[in-house]
Amino acid sequence: MYLFLFAVAGAVSIASTILAVTRLNASHALVYLIVSLLAVAAVFFLLGAPFAAALEIVIYAGAIVVLFLFVVMMLNLGQGSVERERRWLRPGMWIGPSILSGALFITLFVVIYQETGTEFMSKAVGPGEVGERMFSAYILAVELAGILLLAALVGAYHLGRRYMTDRREEN
Amino acid sequence: MMFGFELNMSYVLIVPVVAGAMGFALALVWWERRILGFWQDRLGPNRVGPFGILQALADMIKLMFKDDWLPPFGDRFFFVLAPIVVAGSMLLAYVVVPFSPGWVIADSNIAILWFLAMSSLAVYGVLLAGLASNNKYSLLGGLRAAAQMVTYEVFMGLSLLGVVIHAGTFSLSGIVEAQAEGLWFCIPQALGLVIFFIAGLAESHRLPFDLPEAEHELTAGFHTEYSGMKFGVIMAGEYVAMILTSCLTVLLFFGGWLGTPEGWGLDWVHPIVWFGVKVAVVINFFILLRAAIPRPRYDQLMARGWKILLPLSLVNILATGAIRLATV
Repeated sequence: MYLFLFAVAGAVSIASTILAVTRLNASHALVYLIVSLLAVAAVFFLLGAPFAAALEIVIYAGAIVVLFLFVVMMLNLGQGSVERERRWLRPGMWIGPSILSGALFITLFVVIYQETGTEFMSKAVGPGEVGERMFSAYILAVELAGILLLAALVGAYHLGRRYMTDRREEN
Repeated sequence: MMFGFELNMSYVLIVPVVAGAMGFALALVWWERRILGFWQDRLGPNRVGPFGILQALADMIKLMFKDDWLPPFGDRFFFVLAPIVVAGSMLLAYVVVPFSPGWVIADSNIAILWFLAMSSLAVYGVLLAGLASNNKYSLLGGLRAAAQMVTYEVFMGLSLLGVVIHAGTFSLSGIVEAQAEGLWFCIPQALGLVIFFIAGLAESHRLPFDLPEAEHELTAGFHTEYSGMKFGVIMAGEYVAMILTSCLTVLLFFGGWLGTPEGWGLDWVHPIVWFGVKVAVVINFFILLRAAIPRPRYDQLMARGWKILLPLSLVNILATGAIRLATV
């Protein structure tokens, strides 16, 4: 039963990711990306990582892609951009990326195939265990990510502030 | 046991929960209009049936028989999808709400995260409605909704962490049980309660924070082009969201189904009654806010969010964590 659900979630995620790449309309592509992220969340859930699944939806589907869609709405792309995309996405364009991602896929397949992994869905990892690991074994990564985010925050604030003061002087 | 989700009464409860949420949403439309009328010294709808109670039903029948119009200039698929996302995501969040001991569809150990995930997906309904309508007012409403909901989601998540620190679990049943031993969390987490409630108002974009709709500047905002039952579904979704936020407020801060302490002679009251009474009080507070407070300007809403609520919620987490560390 779990294996079947896993297969469905995996198939949905692959199909929607392919559709997200090939859509000509940017907002349609983003909606397929959301579906793909939700399917990945379902895969996480089935693998026994409900915490990761919830964060996948809250952060990726719920915040990051909203901002993508926000930008697409602000740009107000019309039929012209669809035509341009159609010119860009000629069949010949697919050859290079296909070879590269095919090579990556084979590498990944070989690596994963050699792993003698744990039993499929052996146990669920709760939020508490994730937290303990994050603040013991992976503390360095957490701190580095925190510094990066702080730098991004300060940078965004700086850019926004300069823009706003310029505007005020103009008025 | 299915990876954190215990399936006990689950399948039996799904139909009553969905029907109840939609039914209460419908009744709430009438109740809100009536009680707003009372507070504003006018009558409100009082003609259809006793006390006008059938007004909501009449409105629903009217909406159902209206022409189901699709704007020829918009994106048809998203236009149909948007109301489904608005109502569907909010109904899905009810999966983790425990109405009474054991009366829960899925008693998950990530219940709060599930609620946050579903309320963050609800943004897409509004955003897609604005995008699909291909209309300036709708687009502006959708943009406002996206910025407002993403912003207030941050504080909503952070304000809940104080409660999670106190209870030591993400499970809503666990949080209610943790309140049975001591004070309800509305006392030690008063700051968290205020922030959560404000964020909940902004998330369900109800007055005074209905800037995505703001009828005096944006016609009807993101649902300008919607009519008939599609508008009805968006509207129902909003009321379902309001009931959900009230349920969550009660569960997290007001002891959920817990009643008076033992020895007050009220032990025979079923827990669901306590839950219902508390939720009704919170819903009426929602409506009272609508009647009492004017709408802020959009930049004020965003600025106050980031400049006041974010620091406050971080301070709340720090203080709660420090107290917890000192006392344990």
